[in-house]
Amino acid sequence: MTSLELARWQFGITTLYHFIFVPITIGLATFTAYCQTRWHRSGEEHWLRATRFWGKLVLISFALGVATGIVQEFQFGMNWSNYSRFVGDIFGAPLAMEGLAAFFVESTFLGLWIFGWGRLSPRVHLACAWAIAGATALSAYFILAANSWMQHPVGYRMVDGRPRLTNIAAVLFNNTAIYAFVHTIIAALLTAGMLVIAISAWHLRRGNEAAGVFSASIRLALPLVAVAALLQFFVGHFDGILMTKQQPMKMAAADAVFETKRGAGLSLFATGDFESNPRGLDRNIEVPNLLSWISTGYPRGEIKGVNDLDREYGARYGPGEYAPIVAVAYWSWRAMIGCAVGMFAVGAFGWWRARRGELLRSRRFLRLAVPAAALPFVASSTGWIFTEMGRQPWVVFGLLKTSDAGSPSVSTAEVLVTLIGFTLLYGVLAAIAGRIFLRTARKGPPEEGAAEEPGQELALAY
Amino acid sequence: MRDYTTLQAVWFVLISVLWLGYFVLEGFDFGVGMLLRAVGRDRAERRAVLHSIGPVWDGNEVWLLVAGGATFAAFPQWYATLFSGFYLALFLILVALILRNVAFEFWGKGDSERWRSGWEWALIGGSFLPALLWGVAWADIVHGVPIDARGEYTGTLLTLLRPYALLGGLATLALFLAHGAIFLSLRTTGALERRARAIAARVAPPAALLVIGFLAWTLADSDGAKAASVVCAVGASALAVAAAALASRRPAHAFGATCGAIVLLFTALFSELFPHAMISSTNAAFSLTLAEAASSSYTLTVMTVVAGLLVPVVLLYQGWTYWVFRHRISAEGFGEARSPIDLLSRSREEGAGGRSPGR
Repeated sequence: MTSLELARWQFGITTLYHFIFVPITIGLATFTAYCQTRWHRSGEEHWLRATRFWGKLVLISFALGVATGIVQEFQFGMNWSNYSRFVGDIFGAPLAMEGLAAFFVESTFLGLWIFGWGRLSPRVHLACAWAIAGATALSAYFILAANSWMQHPVGYRMVDGRPRLTNIAAVLFNNTAIYAFVHTIIAALLTAGMLVIAISAWHLRRGNEAAGVFSASIRLALPLVAVAALLQFFVGHFDGILMTKQQPMKMAAADAVFETKRGAGLSLFATGDFESNPRGLDRNIEVPNLLSWISTGYPRGEIKGVNDLDREYGARYGPGEYAPIVAVAYWSWRAMIGCAVGMFAVGAFGWWRARRGELLRSRRFLRLAVPAAALPFVASSTGWIFTEMGRQPWVVFGLLKTSDAGSPSVSTAEVLVTLIGFTLLYGVLAAIAGRIFLRTARKGPPEEGAAEEPGQELALAY
Repeated sequence: MRDYTTLQAVWFVLISVLWLGYFVLEGFDFGVGMLLRAVGRDRAERRAVLHSIGPVWDGNEVWLLVAGGATFAAFPQWYATLFSGFYLALFLILVALILRNVAFEFWGKGDSERWRSGWEWALIGGSFLPALLWGVAWADIVHGVPIDARGEYTGTLLTLLRPYALLGGLATLALFLAHGAIFLSLRTTGALERRARAIAARVAPPAALLVIGFLAWTLADSDGAKAASVVCAVGASALAVAAAALASRRPAHAFGATCGAIVLLFTALFSELFPHAMISSTNAAFSLTLAEAASSSYTLTVMTVVAGLLVPVVLLYQGWTYWVFRHRISAEGFGEARSPIDLLSRSREEGAGGRSPGR
């Protein structure tokens, strides 16, 4: 493998790993802040216990998110120095803003929140919880604005072969970024909701009510997941229409449409030659006209095909392959949507049972809800695989190819060392963090009046 | 003739300030981390040591992230050359920081002695390595490293580890260790305070010697050292000596002195570097100037507005955090630790403040 391929693997592995913790932190921090607000308003002790319990899981996730986040910022320069030189005038700005506006807030107020129990006034302490939740979301906004510029470059002009920033507002309020942000925040709420449902269901099935913590939490999470999943279908739909305009190749690959046509059907299952771009399909089961309707709003709308776009780009950008790996785009897109459907089913069914007061008797639902917690993670991973691999061969759409973005001064051996190093380290940390997360989740909140792990904890963290 | 714009100079200063903030704040975190087992002898004491930086270390580390982000935004060519050039050194720093970050969180999550001592060593190593390597890296940046005409680094990891740079690394390592020991002696009481003070008194004199040696070499090495660098170097040396003299008697003054020594040490380095971003040891003509490394003036203006609005706010709430957690910590409060829920209900019964024992 070349150093470029290794660097791509490294970016993929470290980014997907980092993004396990991002949606947990954003979603669960918000959920925890909400629980604390309920406690603050009502003074009911089970909301305090819920705050403490879910807060602990936020901390574990936050610690790993921060630890792996530093790598994210450093590796643009380390593995992608030509990319950094090319986009520096634009891409660095949202990154620096993320640090100044969000990282400082979340890290400082997290310290205050963890160690401030009983030291800060309850109102100020509650404000800290919301500051953390808000800052994690804000941080997502800036990094998505940076990523969206790679998907759909705006607010620049080319000077000496490099883009130069001309309009920061265009970059920060890029419509691609706004859609991506809403999409990501809903995904984070879904992640938190599915985790809360799974952990609560696990305890409820064992008859461990923990003084109402779990029934209160699951009653909150079920409608949250149902509504968020439903909203996600709409947001995803409009995001898809936008992407069809901005990156038609990505959507054409996602739907395995090779020749431009009107009234394209939505493919449910397709096979083709085992190649990056098979240029056609062997087998295709589809729902007629549905794709045109979804992507353009009209049943007979025109969908451009991979082959036609490839020819069009070849004429515009010079000879080369302009299609991503079609099978990856096709299946990652389907996996993401399949998971969303699954999450909607869990949320809606559970909500319906809960409203009828039959949740505790739905043993099978309570059991199935536990493995269903994997769905949001598969959805966000495949979503990012689709977004990033679907943009290939470009790293900045229409401006810079991935093959021109690497670090010339870094040798293949060096990338291999860091790739193996990070992968091993992340693997070990995943095993340890996963065990701690599960142990904490299984243990549940403490008994009423009892100390939490006597001699263990003065504050949440240590 | 000036070959840089005011905005570029402003951003060089701002990025320097971010690094200074990082080293002053994370410097004592590194020191405390390295001293975890030396000052804390049992579990309660070690928890107390961790608590002395618990609420703040994460916020302190963000100074590094922002310094990195600001370099990317303001001087992308600098960011690209430096980060791809110092590749394996940065990898080691990243691994160390990751281990240290999770060690804070995981330490208290297991019951076995082996589990805890494992994470204690991760914390010690994760504090030691960056404290050493940041000094090495900045010594190399100022001294110059092999960079070719295209601005690409042509050396290896070993190129960075030459005697001068290693001396720089030892100087920051010792200085951060003394800085952390003095910080601990200010933040704790009882046996912890005594031990931290004794260590500070032992570590601060060699730290002062290393700082003086490193700065003398830096100035001797430079062709025509700037007046500002000389003044800062002399100031840093004087403060390092002052810290050594005051460490056992006046910890508050000694802490001020180590803060000042760290600031002036790095200011001397930054002032030597200016107006360059990277020095090429291959050929002086290949050195990267700030003007060559910088973003457009539009980007710099945008970032100046953002930084001008946000940096004061950040300083305000980070300062407030230190105020909230200003109380000294003793080990007694950590043996019979109770959960916040108990503390809250107890304070409700007593109707007084919710103070935890020993703070």
